[in-house]
Amino acid sequence: MRIGAAKQSYEADAALFDTRTQRVWAGLLVLGLCAFPFVADEYWLYLACLIAINVASACGLNILTGYTGLVSLGQAAFMGLGAYTVAVMELRLGTPFAVNLLSGGLVAMAGGVVVGLPSLRVKGLYLAIATIAASVLAHFLFSNLKLTGGTTGLSLPPARFFGTALDTSFRIYWLIVPLAGLMLLGASNLFRTRIGRAFIAIRDRDISAEVLGIPLLRYKLMSFGLSSFYAGVAGGLWAYFFRVVTPESFPLLMSIFFLAAIIVGGMGTILGCILGAVFMTLVPELLKLVIGWLPLTTNATLILSPVRTIVFGALIVGFLIFEPHGLAEMWRRVRRYFHLWPFRT
Amino acid sequence: MSGFDWLFFFEISLAGLGSGGLLALAGLALVIIYKATRVVNLAIGEMLMISAYLFFAMASSMGLPVWLAIVGTIVASGAFGALIERTMLRPMLGESPISTFMVTVGLSSILVGLVELVWTADPRRLPEFMPTDPVLLGEAMVAPKVFYGFVVTAALIALVLLVFRFWRGGVALRATASDQAAAYSMGINVPRVFSLAWTVAAMIAAVAGIVVGAVGGISSAMGVFGLSVLVVVIVGGLDSVLGALVGGVLVGLVEAWAGAYLGGEFKVIATFSLLLLVLVVRPYGLFGTHDIERL
Repeated sequence: MRIGAAKQSYEADAALFDTRTQRVWAGLLVLGLCAFPFVADEYWLYLACLIAINVASACGLNILTGYTGLVSLGQAAFMGLGAYTVAVMELRLGTPFAVNLLSGGLVAMAGGVVVGLPSLRVKGLYLAIATIAASVLAHFLFSNLKLTGGTTGLSLPPARFFGTALDTSFRIYWLIVPLAGLMLLGASNLFRTRIGRAFIAIRDRDISAEVLGIPLLRYKLMSFGLSSFYAGVAGGLWAYFFRVVTPESFPLLMSIFFLAAIIVGGMGTILGCILGAVFMTLVPELLKLVIGWLPLTTNATLILSPVRTIVFGALIVGFLIFEPHGLAEMWRRVRRYFHLWPFRT
Repeated sequence: MSGFDWLFFFEISLAGLGSGGLLALAGLALVIIYKATRVVNLAIGEMLMISAYLFFAMASSMGLPVWLAIVGTIVASGAFGALIERTMLRPMLGESPISTFMVTVGLSSILVGLVELVWTADPRRLPEFMPTDPVLLGEAMVAPKVFYGFVVTAALIALVLLVFRFWRGGVALRATASDQAAAYSMGINVPRVFSLAWTVAAMIAAVAGIVVGAVGGISSAMGVFGLSVLVVVIVGGLDSVLGALVGGVLVGLVEAWAGAYLGGEFKVIATFSLLLLVLVVRPYGLFGTHDIERL
């Protein structure tokens, strides 16, 4: 049972990691992430990078959907905006990757603000469908503009860090994972400030929030902007990681994937978007393993893709019905059990 | 505009009207579900798809006569709709609209996976069951499938409207839609009405699915049709039957014109631009009711 955790000041109560145990575990996690590339093989490094990108993007969507309560099915389109910006800048201007990633984020942010403009007039499902429209328009632009290379897309050289090309999973890991960590830290700090609190107030009841003196349009647009900034940076990392960007790289299904990730992980918690993105990225890989083991007569790869689609849908439905607060809530239950042990929860 | 080919325009418009009828029909299914249960069913395209595949299985693989296969598909789809409502949407009663919306998103993914698992992702053709002589309306020629599809669609829409006007269950459904609490207190079994709405909507979707499949063939990507249906109901207003009909025809025409005059890839852009325009000018659709929000 946890004892001696009495808070003596507001700072202590508002701290991100409020107990020593938490600080120790967080430190161990960082150490583990630093050691990981030296022990893992290429496949696991690849997965780790992909997970980190997905975590960053899911975290952005969580700001918008989980915390501000605005459903968006355009996250993949914003990632695409970021990825294309990075690719074009890398190819045309040859600027350093940090500038490119930042511009990718900013361009996506501008796109997000434009898409967010109707959010004051329309809400809920109407807004979700307006964002579908935005992603359809983005797909159309990507595949028809000369700048974006049409349907064949763009291939870009690896990012360069002081002359070293980040061309292997091992090298780019050191770019992607720390950046994703930084973004997560930023998001968790955001909800300790006025802006973040305002987002939560808007989610809980937007009219009440307006009565309390929160300008709705400004804060909703801010939420859209921040969320798509995250998506843009994640998209830029995606571009540097896969090094080829096509219009088909960012389908509507990907937006649904991120929405599913934050639902499965737990809407409106930072832990939720981490757990959700990790879980949803690993499930297809796990399925590949399981189907590989099964003694099947037919070709295993033939049934893999449909089974994945079914499991993906079933996870969304199952979590919404049986565990609406997601993996984060399960995690909290486990923690509570240990905190209160030997007493019953 | 001396060089403007009016005959071509007329033919294109007729084709647009044909697909608009189908969109209106599927939109009707969506509106019925929304009115009764306040659920926006994103899986409508996939429900069309699964019905088309059921028809394919009954008519082609099992070799049933076409009329029996049609009846069988409608009955099976209705039962399936009721099953979905009971197992997936009933537990979500009282949850936020976004959660129920996401349940239907999950459902659509499950249905696509099921179809690919059973029938693989390859496109297939439904057996021919409509007359194949070209139809002439004045000078304009219409593809026979489109014409007969439109006739079936129009007849079904009329039937559905009549049923909801006069049948007891239809009246119960309208009562539930306008005021759930009052419907309860008048002795209407509201959960039964939810089931009924899903059953009827699934049956309507089944007919739409068979016609869409007969016109364009079936594949596991058929659910994309659902996106156009979504545009239809948003343009018309989610809770308006009239809106679904007008929106369906409008979107069908816009799609056909954009496809003919701008090129195939502009179809989607045209419909979604229409959607954005309507959202900006009339956020609740052309005929939707504007909810007044209170604290």
